[in-house]
Amino acid sequence: MRKAFDVTGVSPAVAASARLNEIAALEPAKGFAGAVINAAALPFSEAMSLCRQLRQRERAVEPIILLLDHYQLDDLTFREDLFDDFVVGPFDVSELATRLRHRLRRAGNESVAARIEHGELSMNLETYQASIAGRVMDLTYMEYELLRFLATNPNRVFTRQTLLSRVWGYEYYGGARTVDVHVRRLRAKLGEEYAHLIQTVRSVGYRFGAPDEYDV
Amino acid sequence: MASMQSQAQYVLRTVEERGVRFVQLWFTDVLGRHKAFHVTPAELEDALDQGMTFDGSAIDGFSRTTESDLLARPDLTTFQLLPWHEPGAGVARVFCDIVNIDGTPFEGCPRQRLRHVLDDARAQGFTFFVAPEVEYFYLADLDPSRGPVPLDHGSYFDLLADDTASQLRRRTVLTLEEMGIGVEHAQHEDAPGQHEIDLRYTDALTMADTMMTVRHVVKELARQAGVAASFMPKPFVGVQGSGLHTHLSLWRDERNAFIGEHTYGLSDLAEKFIAGLVRHAPEITAITNQWVNSYKRLVPGAEAPVGAAWARYDTDALVRVPSVKPGRIDSTRVEYRSPDPAANPYLAFAVVLAAGLRGVMGNYALPAEGERTAALPQSLAQAVDLMENSSLMKETLGSHLVEWFLRNKRAEWEAYRGQVTPFELERYLPLL
Repeated sequence: MRKAFDVTGVSPAVAASARLNEIAALEPAKGFAGAVINAAALPFSEAMSLCRQLRQRERAVEPIILLLDHYQLDDLTFREDLFDDFVVGPFDVSELATRLRHRLRRAGNESVAARIEHGELSMNLETYQASIAGRVMDLTYMEYELLRFLATNPNRVFTRQTLLSRVWGYEYYGGARTVDVHVRRLRAKLGEEYAHLIQTVRSVGYRFGAPDEYDV
Repeated sequence: MASMQSQAQYVLRTVEERGVRFVQLWFTDVLGRHKAFHVTPAELEDALDQGMTFDGSAIDGFSRTTESDLLARPDLTTFQLLPWHEPGAGVARVFCDIVNIDGTPFEGCPRQRLRHVLDDARAQGFTFFVAPEVEYFYLADLDPSRGPVPLDHGSYFDLLADDTASQLRRRTVLTLEEMGIGVEHAQHEDAPGQHEIDLRYTDALTMADTMMTVRHVVKELARQAGVAASFMPKPFVGVQGSGLHTHLSLWRDERNAFIGEHTYGLSDLAEKFIAGLVRHAPEITAITNQWVNSYKRLVPGAEAPVGAAWARYDTDALVRVPSVKPGRIDSTRVEYRSPDPAANPYLAFAVVLAAGLRGVMGNYALPAEGERTAALPQSLAQAVDLMENSSLMKETLGSHLVEWFLRNKRAEWEAYRGQVTPFELERYLPLL
């Protein structure tokens, strides 16, 4: 789930139960951007009742996206008004991410980032193009994903293990050393002048951002 | 995040955005020759989705008696623009795995063979890193009717005035860097026209892909400059040939498993790995040195190994234990020195790893430093015989690959054996 949210630019608040008062307690000042309900983990009637309550609220929550088990599909008939979209398990992170982005965008949610800008680095998440100081970089898919993840979370230190599980998400031939290889490649493609954007944090891992940002 | 769907989306959007006109689907035959389909963006989506069907009987080592249709299925993580093409008329490449029509791995596909061996190693908790030193010659042309002409007359580490070859090497290194291929350093090698590019370590599968890319880039840029490059192991009599010294390390739990308390800072595991390399070297040589010409390089006094032995410094040793710079203990590694750059990198890395692991699993004892336990084969014919009797090779490569390889190499040897060479004419004609 968290991975799917990474590409939306929206940070999730996680409620541990389906009770409306507990959920409402998490609401930020500007209201919820939407709701993802894990119906697969709830009695179906409870999930539907939560959808109804969210819809009927004064500050209606929209969009509502359901996570379902396939056997719950039949029960959706005639309840189409209660939700805006759904994903059937086993959940594919990128499918969920795509639906989230799509729904949030259609709901006119401004906080959906279509672009990541960081100094001279610009990443267009719609066209998958990254450029540095106006020069388009030819990245492989995993280089792009790693850069996107780092640039989405600037100034945070990530261990190799964390990067591997958050960006690659599966066991890879290189293990965590793969991260080093990809960072090296990204630095080469960023060019000498901008290679420092990805910094090695000795015996920990990597962080993204200009060095003077931490020296303050 | 690395799902097929988002990878495909990434590739398709990049093709659109960067004005890519052709995508080359790269793969290799059993001998490591570079093959490609060229597809237009219009066909790309299908190719990404379904793979490309082709007649396997047209490819060396792919032919089978019954069913010959195969699928080339792109590995989307390897999608990369080729930087030497004009912007707006871009060309990209993506490596393919070869699978049967039913989607199962094709047993003759070198890339999947390596994957298979790496999977086995991973099941035992190991990841395998390699860093080769690629040697090759810049030549005036590739006309075989006269002898090869080196492009310069420099020697080891010579800093030459800016001649064509040095410029070419520099441009090649920059192009590789642009493609994300890390180059440790590049230098003039010992022989006239001979150059070396040392690559930074990666996992073995990425490195085998990288080797295919490097050979292509070196040759392509030489061609564009109106000259030629060759990875032929021994193009000149009397000077050293081109090798592919390969630095190896095994990692376990994110630690270099070669680091330990034994001599030269090696672990028990590293010693067993070296013992495996030394013991099995003769039988894997047919793969690491697969041409008639490869054995002209493996001769005494040419800085190439001729026997199975290990040492710290000796440049004639088969396995060397390079010194590690202070504070760089993670770079502890062993160097396997017999392979040449005309090998199939997928199969070469696969058999080298398998030989080392056999030593680890079988608790092999390390011979004394400098002790020569066996001779390396002196000809392709000998190497092929040793391969045929090797259970390690059959287990590592599978019977389809081994049988085809033996047949192909025996035919090559027979063709060579029938030749009357200039050596014989010069020596015997006036005399006998």
